[in-house]
Amino acid sequence: MNNLLKNSIWILVAALGAAAVGGIALNRGESINTLWFITAALCVYAIAYRFYAVWIAATVLAVDETRATPAERLDNGRDFVPTNKWIVFGHHFAAIAGPGPLVGPTLAAQFGYLPGTLWILFGAVLGGCVQDMVTLFLSTRRDAKSLGQMARDELGALGGTAALIGTFAIMIILIAVLGLVVVNAMKHSPWATATVSATIPIAMIVGLYMRSFRPGQVLEASALGVVLLLLSVAGGGLIDHSETLRVWFDHDGLTLAWWVMAYGFAAAIMPVWLLLAPRDYLSTYIKLGTITLLAVTIIMLQPTVKMPALTQFIDGTGPIFGGTLFPFVFITIACGAISGFHALIASGTTPKLLSNERDIRMIGYGGMLLESFVAIMAMMAATVLDPGVFFAINSPAGVVGKEAVDAVAKISSWGFPVTVDQMRLLANQMGEATLFARTGGAPSLAVGMASIFGSAFGESMLALWYHFAIMFEAIFILTTLDAGTRVGRFMLQDMLGNIWPKLGETSWTPSVVLTSALVVAGWGYFLYIGVIDPNGGVNILWPLFGIANQMLAAIALCVATGILVKSDKIEYAWVTGLPLVWLVTITSSAAWEKIASDNVRIGFFAAADDLAEKLAAGVLPPEKAAVAPQLIFNQHLDGWLTLFFVTLLWLIVFDMLRVCSRYLAGKPVLPLAESPHIPSCLVEDWVRD
Amino acid sequence: MFSKFKIFWRMLRRLSGDDAYERYLRHHAAHHQDETPLSKAAFFKQWQDEKWNGIKRCC
Repeated sequence: MNNLLKNSIWILVAALGAAAVGGIALNRGESINTLWFITAALCVYAIAYRFYAVWIAATVLAVDETRATPAERLDNGRDFVPTNKWIVFGHHFAAIAGPGPLVGPTLAAQFGYLPGTLWILFGAVLGGCVQDMVTLFLSTRRDAKSLGQMARDELGALGGTAALIGTFAIMIILIAVLGLVVVNAMKHSPWATATVSATIPIAMIVGLYMRSFRPGQVLEASALGVVLLLLSVAGGGLIDHSETLRVWFDHDGLTLAWWVMAYGFAAAIMPVWLLLAPRDYLSTYIKLGTITLLAVTIIMLQPTVKMPALTQFIDGTGPIFGGTLFPFVFITIACGAISGFHALIASGTTPKLLSNERDIRMIGYGGMLLESFVAIMAMMAATVLDPGVFFAINSPAGVVGKEAVDAVAKISSWGFPVTVDQMRLLANQMGEATLFARTGGAPSLAVGMASIFGSAFGESMLALWYHFAIMFEAIFILTTLDAGTRVGRFMLQDMLGNIWPKLGETSWTPSVVLTSALVVAGWGYFLYIGVIDPNGGVNILWPLFGIANQMLAAIALCVATGILVKSDKIEYAWVTGLPLVWLVTITSSAAWEKIASDNVRIGFFAAADDLAEKLAAGVLPPEKAAVAPQLIFNQHLDGWLTLFFVTLLWLIVFDMLRVCSRYLAGKPVLPLAESPHIPSCLVEDWVRD
Repeated sequence: MFSKFKIFWRMLRRLSGDDAYERYLRHHAAHHQDETPLSKAAFFKQWQDEKWNGIKRCC
């Protein structure tokens, strides 16, 4: 009887989920309520978590709850510590969820709400969650080794090197594109610039508080910091209203880009306790708080989605980025569906805390489900805006024209009516001079969040909500930026240490300064080009980031598939093999289009040739002609970089296939590096408080 | 109700690292009784430096 009841509940969930997904997919022409999206997401997640994840954990991976985890065996009271599963979940989620799932879906909304939503849902349950969970399991079985180390141990030197280079490359591109998102949100916005700048001294106050004034009192210091941050949002408004002060914070994109680079360099050489660690505390609280608030208000208000299911831009003519629906929606939304970067957290970091293998499903699979839900909410915040407004905020000036009149005429001609007055009123409500051409996702998400929060808590605070949302995104973008620069510095020092050991010493100041400067120069270059590009660098940088991130995911899935085959589980190898095939397909086709397309908005080389021709013919306006040589060089560089990523991807796929076929033919391969079975003797009540 | 709040508080302290020193002292008492434990400030310094050594944040 009990069983029958349980089964019928799950059948009901499945039917409800299918109805909601069907409702979203088949709805045409009529506006659709966000409740449909939430229902579809929750049902799909519940079914996947209850059945697919359980099956993978029990049958494919065969998790063993009697087996001691590295946290138990290597417990040192510091980094290896058996920890309550909810705490591990919190750490893991805070580590994996950055600004990616907020930006990607917002950009992909140019195709309409449907493609992005379906990819976020099904990409996550079949790809991203599987990758995170399997990687977490494999690393747990290998003394919490990193992805690169596992690739080296299981596949060979090629795999290990590819993982290392992939990680370094993705870090550079990621920081550049995130820097660009912040710059676009701050340019000529004294309020946003003042608020975001204020987060730096606030983080330092918090750092000093918990280091010197009250050592180790993390919560006290964080509470102080959160209060100061909220005050800084209001304080930014006061600065914006003061004629004398606002000019201090009113800058164009390029100036802000130089400041972001200077900040990144300073943060990488400063001690972590002063800036990085306290900023991270603040960003984690603000992030978790805001995401919860957004979920609650969306569920309470159930706003209507105004974006159509599909727009005409699926043909590749979209204003935000060029490229057809396939493969570009899959490249644009990486975080939220499948993100290779997670494999770096799921290996090395999280396994050191895991007290029992049985929690792998909840932390690995469940953590990614929650991130996927964040991406769904970002999609909703973007699509509840009037489509005309959405495109006006996100279309770069190079595509729709610099003047407001031209931009609204162009956007309205696409069938998304918007007027200058409407945009002026909106900018006014948000406390901004203009909202046109703020490409990158942060401002349109902030407008979406502000209007959702505004209708819940009163319209009078729209400007405050808008700048709160900008601060919320900027603060953890900057955390990713300085944490990433730091990691890049360590990796570079590690690599250079092979050439000259002295450079590998992480405490030798000349080496620290040199390697930090090199890493900042790396991403600073792409940021600089992105800012001077009149078509908005997002069009170039975001696809490059997507390709790099999916390449890293493919490396993780290669390692997993290789290990499954070597563990005589070839009949289950499709669990990671199919997502791998899909990733290789989309990454390769996107890379191919970026390299070979003769459409100047897609192909890097085509764009370079086009610009060179125009420059030679003298038809470019002077300000564009001045930067054209740099843009041409950059397009070539991006083209070669894409080729490099896709070559690396194929190398590691072939390396994995080589290892698998050798194993299946009975030839010697590197042995499984799994650590031996030691029975767990943790007293559960003690550890699982 | 009160006990629920206590659990939440304990979780929050654990998650943020507010209780890291207390956990260190417990670990120290259990495993390294012969050595004197670090002071709170010294421990916190080390703990924070170690925490940020490696990839800890994602996109």
